[in-house]
Amino acid sequence: MTLADHLSILPVIIPALAAPIVMLVMRRRPALGVAVSVASCLALLATAITLMMQVSDGTILAYAVGEWAAPFGIVLVADRLAAMMLVLTACLALIALLHAVVTGADRRGWHFLALFQFQLMGLNGAFLTGDLFNLFVFFEVLLIASYGLMLHGQGPARLKAGVQYVVVNLVGSSLFLIALGMFYALTGTLNMADMGLRLAAVPPEDQGLLRIAALLLVSVFALKAAVAPLHLWLVRTYAVSTPAVAALFAIMTKVGVYSLIRVVPQVFGDGAGAAAWVPAPYLLPAAMVSAVIGFAGVFVARSLSEQAAYAVIGSTGTLLIAVAGWSAESLGAGLYYLAHSTLAAAALFLVADVVARRRGAFGDNASPGPVFAQRGGIALVFMAAAIAATGLPPLSGFIGKLLILKSVAALADWGWAWGVILGTTFIGVVGFARVGSAVFWKTAGEGTAPTGPATRADLAAPTLALALLAALAAGAGWASAFADAAAVQVLDPAQSARAVLTEAGQ
Amino acid sequence: MSYEFLVATAIGVLVAGGIYLALRARTFQVVLGLTLISYAVNLFLFASGRLVVGRPPIWDKAVSDYTDPLPQALVLTAIVITFGMTAFVVILSLRSFLETGSDHVDGDNVPCDAQDGMAGRIAEDGEDTRP
Repeated sequence: MTLADHLSILPVIIPALAAPIVMLVMRRRPALGVAVSVASCLALLATAITLMMQVSDGTILAYAVGEWAAPFGIVLVADRLAAMMLVLTACLALIALLHAVVTGADRRGWHFLALFQFQLMGLNGAFLTGDLFNLFVFFEVLLIASYGLMLHGQGPARLKAGVQYVVVNLVGSSLFLIALGMFYALTGTLNMADMGLRLAAVPPEDQGLLRIAALLLVSVFALKAAVAPLHLWLVRTYAVSTPAVAALFAIMTKVGVYSLIRVVPQVFGDGAGAAAWVPAPYLLPAAMVSAVIGFAGVFVARSLSEQAAYAVIGSTGTLLIAVAGWSAESLGAGLYYLAHSTLAAAALFLVADVVARRRGAFGDNASPGPVFAQRGGIALVFMAAAIAATGLPPLSGFIGKLLILKSVAALADWGWAWGVILGTTFIGVVGFARVGSAVFWKTAGEGTAPTGPATRADLAAPTLALALLAALAAGAGWASAFADAAAVQVLDPAQSARAVLTEAGQ
Repeated sequence: MSYEFLVATAIGVLVAGGIYLALRARTFQVVLGLTLISYAVNLFLFASGRLVVGRPPIWDKAVSDYTDPLPQALVLTAIVITFGMTAFVVILSLRSFLETGSDHVDGDNVPCDAQDGMAGRIAEDGEDTRP
């Protein structure tokens, strides 16, 4: 066995090792802690890209942890979709970490960097695992780290929102466990591929139970993805979090979407009896309502960070409109938009912080204030982020929305989907223009704002996010081809089952 | 009254109480409710491997009938996670109460009722020391 054989587990191991090291060295040598964190993120990016190259030809890497054969032991599965999510997580982590270090947000508490690494461990594990209970465990790892990160910096507003966030997620975890218990009782397995095969053999008298379990599981994923009507926790939480943390949290709702994309075709496929495509009738209406609520929130938001949080809900809704088609084409378009919307949301949160750091008591409120330092340059970055978030050309949001529109045209309800996507885009454009002109154009009060940072260094992270979006637009042909291939692979559970249940057994 | 009936009733009562408490306004009741729900979930997971009396979960030469060991491992994992989370949420609600002067989950800054005694007095003290 060489290191290459263990590549699939490295994205979990690297942050798991880095976190305690960071925690140990932080007290004496904070600079070393930052160095270890950055090195860990770079190593994660390198691993993720290597994995992506290995699976780009369609191979599915199944890694049996501890060499316990697949249906009995825990198995990690690296396919195109997982590799794509790993690369996205690593890029986002670098951006968020860069912003935290540049703005000094990481020095407002002892354990920011360590929790950051644990969060990455949970995210990467959730993307890699092929076992439902293991998915629950990695969800808990990333949630527990996110509780700490969300409360980072403290203050009454964060504590209030934190209590709600923790309570909501604890209820979600309980529902997840109940669903898992029912699935285990029905099928006797927790391996996703194995469960997909065994659900066909569930006797008729248990079909009702099976449907309840499947709907419970899907509801939990919808809660994590903040789909309407389960979106109410998100805005308050994200808007009060430390901005670098909120930027990293941009991928947390995508974990819910990812779980839906992973679990529904694999476990609730055609042969699953009463659970076959169980979220299908509800997902499209819920997604459309989320898109409308999200962009309506963008329209009425009172501050830049609140606007960014609503943009997360809106973009998740748009993304799920594509996912709800459950065809290779629409899912491929959705996956391209998923990568785009994650980076765009992160850019919005970071720009909101850049503004808030210069406006003193005005913060990032969407109201006119005194002229602040570097207003012109920051206005440009905000405009680019807003263009990305609403989906105007030339950034990748336009291509993503175009692909989604094209792919959902084949569906029965395409008129509604088109109306919602185009309408919300318009509302979003007006909303961002309103807030942008209030913050960057109008001036109220005399003199300049209180002292802010003199350098433009804190613009580095949002600019990096926008550069990645530009690269995603420039390489759209290659990226959307990869996303389409990933979608085809996800929708073919038999292929994945062969890879997981035979290779891991050898 | 069978064993199954007893366990199912216990789970049902725990969940019902837990949901009622989790929907209350104050953090202390919500934390208690979440704890009850997690107890119910642990029992439920345990029962998902079927209820068997007096059988070992580990392989033994002399035994031919076993109980399913996997749910026991799952319950252990779930207990550990829930235990940590309960401790965390208790501390979090306490900090939130002391910093904001309100123990309401929705965060409305309602002063605690006078008849709540100790809690009311702590809230007033917290109000004074707040920066």
